[in-house]
Amino acid sequence: MTTTAVPPTTRKDWASDQEVRWCPGCGDYSILAALQMLLPDLGVRRENTVFLSGIGCAARFPYYMSTYGLHSIHGRAPAIATGLATTRPDLDVWVVTGDGDALSIGGNHLIHALRRNVRMTILMFNNQIYGLTKGQYSPTSEVAKVTKSTPFGSLDTPFNPVSLALGAEASFVARTHDMDRQHMQGVFRRAHEHDGAAFVEVYQNCNVFNDGAFEKITGREHRESMLIPLVHGQPIRFGPEGTWGVVQQPDGRLEIVEASTVGDAALLVHDESREDPGLAFALSRLSRGPYEPTPIGVFRAVPRAEYGAEMSRQIAVAQERRGLGDLKTLLRSGATWSVE
Amino acid sequence: MTTTEEPRHHAEPQQVDRVVIRIAGDSGDGMQLTGDRFTETSALFGNDLATFPDFPAEIRAPAGTLAGVSAFQVQISDHDILTPGDAPNVLVAMNPAALRANIGVMENGATLLVNVDAFDERSLHKAGYEDNPLTDNSLSAFTVFEVPMTSLTQEVCKEAGVKPRDAERSKNFFALGLLSWLYNRPVEPTIEWIGTKFAERPLVSEANTRAFRAGYHFGETVELFEATYEVRPAHFDPGEYTQVTGNQALAWGLIAAARLAGLPLFLGSYPITPASDILHELSRRKEFGVRTFQAEDEIAGVGSALGAAFGGSLGVTTTSGPGLDLKSEAIGLAINLELSLLVVDIQRGGPSTGLPTKAEQADLLHAMYGRHGEAPLPIVAAKTPAHCFEAAIEAARLAITYRTPVILLSDGYLANGAEPWRLPDVDALPRIDPAFATEPNHTSADGTAEFWPYLRDEVTLARPWAPPGVPGLEHRIGGLEKADGSGNVSYDTVNHERMVHLRNDKIAGIAASIPPVDVDDEDGAELLVLAWGSTYGAVAAGVRRVRARGQRVAHAHLVHLNPFPRDLGDVLRRYSKVLVPEMNLGQLSRLVRSEYLVDARSLNKVQGVPFRAAEIEAAILSHLGGAE
Ligand code: SF4
Repeated sequence: MTTTAVPPTTRKDWASDQEVRWCPGCGDYSILAALQMLLPDLGVRRENTVFLSGIGCAARFPYYMSTYGLHSIHGRAPAIATGLATTRPDLDVWVVTGDGDALSIGGNHLIHALRRNVRMTILMFNNQIYGLTKGQYSPTSEVAKVTKSTPFGSLDTPFNPVSLALGAEASFVARTHDMDRQHMQGVFRRAHEHDGAAFVEVYQNCNVFNDGAFEKITGREHRESMLIPLVHGQPIRFGPEGTWGVVQQPDGRLEIVEASTVGDAALLVHDESREDPGLAFALSRLSRGPYEPTPIGVFRAVPRAEYGAEMSRQIAVAQERRGLGDLKTLLRSGATWSVE
Repeated sequence: MTTTEEPRHHAEPQQVDRVVIRIAGDSGDGMQLTGDRFTETSALFGNDLATFPDFPAEIRAPAGTLAGVSAFQVQISDHDILTPGDAPNVLVAMNPAALRANIGVMENGATLLVNVDAFDERSLHKAGYEDNPLTDNSLSAFTVFEVPMTSLTQEVCKEAGVKPRDAERSKNFFALGLLSWLYNRPVEPTIEWIGTKFAERPLVSEANTRAFRAGYHFGETVELFEATYEVRPAHFDPGEYTQVTGNQALAWGLIAAARLAGLPLFLGSYPITPASDILHELSRRKEFGVRTFQAEDEIAGVGSALGAAFGGSLGVTTTSGPGLDLKSEAIGLAINLELSLLVVDIQRGGPSTGLPTKAEQADLLHAMYGRHGEAPLPIVAAKTPAHCFEAAIEAARLAITYRTPVILLSDGYLANGAEPWRLPDVDALPRIDPAFATEPNHTSADGTAEFWPYLRDEVTLARPWAPPGVPGLEHRIGGLEKADGSGNVSYDTVNHERMVHLRNDKIAGIAASIPPVDVDDEDGAELLVLAWGSTYGAVAAGVRRVRARGQRVAHAHLVHLNPFPRDLGDVLRRYSKVLVPEMNLGQLSRLVRSEYLVDARSLNKVQGVPFRAAEIEAAILSHLGGAE
């Protein structure tokens, strides 16, 4: 770790020389651009930045970054990132994944990385479809979705990724979407600052196999009335001139109401730092899918011991108590005897 | 049984050159602990020894049943021995099931020390005895001593205020005390050990000590045994010794290898029998900077190790058969990434869950071929418990030098078996050079310095290892095929063929760095016994027996199974007969047959237990004598 000033960079410095091969019009382009433009502002070094991914369209991401990168196998990126992040606390570790990669084949690794709170920034591009394998339904596809593998409609109840992450003890959970660069950058910046595992769901349009999946809420003309921005310390309200708001009913339920009918004081004030994830979970359930008013922003950001740092601490304590390990002593840790 | 008389003065103990003792009881009876203690005392006394813990997969199978019998076999001797012995001379049977399960392997005329208290009708029935074997003459071929171990233990513990129920659990220490007397073992080390081990549970400590002393005094006092025995210390080369199990030696070898390479050690592992003890051992050694990670599954175990390797650590994952299946995909990725990775497979009986606590050597072909695509990797196999130390260092050397995953094969028998080990001079162990890349290695057409992650070393064909953190060496690697040199994604078919050859040649080229076959051949034998792994002891002992009969036979034991030592073909062709004993259906034999077109004959055993020296001896003799 060096103490010299981080050299200033521009977007171009973060882009690799590889030709970007997503389908024209894919939402992935805007996410890539948002991040490449943000990185020069984060005060980080290219050589200390690593992008890891699994398999899927999103997983091509590392090839387009001029950082260190590893494009691995399906679903395993959080596990691989765990080994890297715990052994190299000096690195910035980003995991780029998709809904199939993270929630289907890699579900186990995702939930365990989150509960352990290993320092990594996980960007999950959710397009509610399998793109790379050409259009099968995914674990976030809505019920009854007709795809190549479900000509009569899918039967599976989808995951709500934010609910899932909260249930997995994540210490940082946020949602953003590919149509709003500023919002993405704000959320990515917060996720990057978080000391632990940060989970960001990015609604991403797959214009080839699931075009317009989020159009009803992220489309320019719908955003204002369909996206509920979560702002820490602020009453939760949305709609033109903040017409609508979220209140908590006496029985604990969250409900969307007309703000003027209840008065500002009755609106739920967003507190991302609540230890109890219950309210964040309730917020994640406010919308049943991307056709109802849907909260975006940081649902939860709480400080919790970071896994790799704890691992290092145990080592430091052991070394302080027992001294640095000595191989000769180790081999003599059981009973020994000498033969003359 | 109580007596106030002075202990009888026995005649001098009878000298025996070796003895094989088997201690058996319920899996909850502490048989492994008892065996370990007896072994350690014997090691400190200076005997050569080899152990064979033999326990069921169930942690607590129904008490008193054959399925629940746990046994520990140890051979102690006054000379160099290689195996835990074929047929035990002494059996301690804590209950009827233990007797029934083990009587078949005992030597004729063996001594049976039987806990007679446990031979009630119910226990006999549970063990499947219709009649009491102690009274129906069925044991007439043996010398049986009926010892009321349970009741005597309860008796001596009563005075210390231990309830009979709790006292019963100390009966294994009674048995240990009795064995210690019978074989003239010093008592102090065990008394001391009990004091330390149970320091936090004074009542248990007291009960165990009392039971142990009672067992010792029982032997001394009761006129049951005609003599005691003594196995004198063995002759060992001068040096400092300790006793190790295979898993312990392997864990230490990993720590040593990381030190020799100057790399941090990372272990990603999921608990699995019989590999877990490596995870346990390494997780205790934090002062060495070892990072152990108990992953959510086998895949995350290998994945995290690979991530650590990408970051510049010695990444290791440990497992057994079923876990190796799950790791295959990530190992294939490591082959493509050309990153150093150590995969340790403690083989057990398969397929599937198979025989978790029994040994087998049936993963060799999986290690060799168990991945899709052309995916070669080096394979190293340990041959004795202590050799696991050296084998771990060698596997790490290959992984680091050649930027490749390496599979290190051990098995359940080596993992849990113990033997005396002359401690190596750690300062003399050769260093391993990770040779990290430090600067760009290529100049582009326009004259800029670039880093090409797949530009290979001309001799080893290894690619540069450039962990993140170095400016100018930023690069992307992945599971997609790479362009030779630049490492960019390439779907070019001719490039793919070149890369397949390069990966293959790199592994084959390792042969240049491994020693020639070490053949034990006294004078021009006709038959070569070619073996690998944990059969070492039995094969070497079998070969000795054949030579003791005046016949000639050669023995070579392979440590490198892929690639083979470069002179293996020549060695094989020097012998008109080649016999390959393996605990599988013929995996090494298949490999050497296809590689060298020699008529290697297979000798197989897949019973979850090691070969006996006698079985190897018989097979050699039959091949020597048999007309073609
Ligand atoms: S298939 Fe869909 S997600 Fe994949 S690159 Fe094309 S548009 Fe993007």
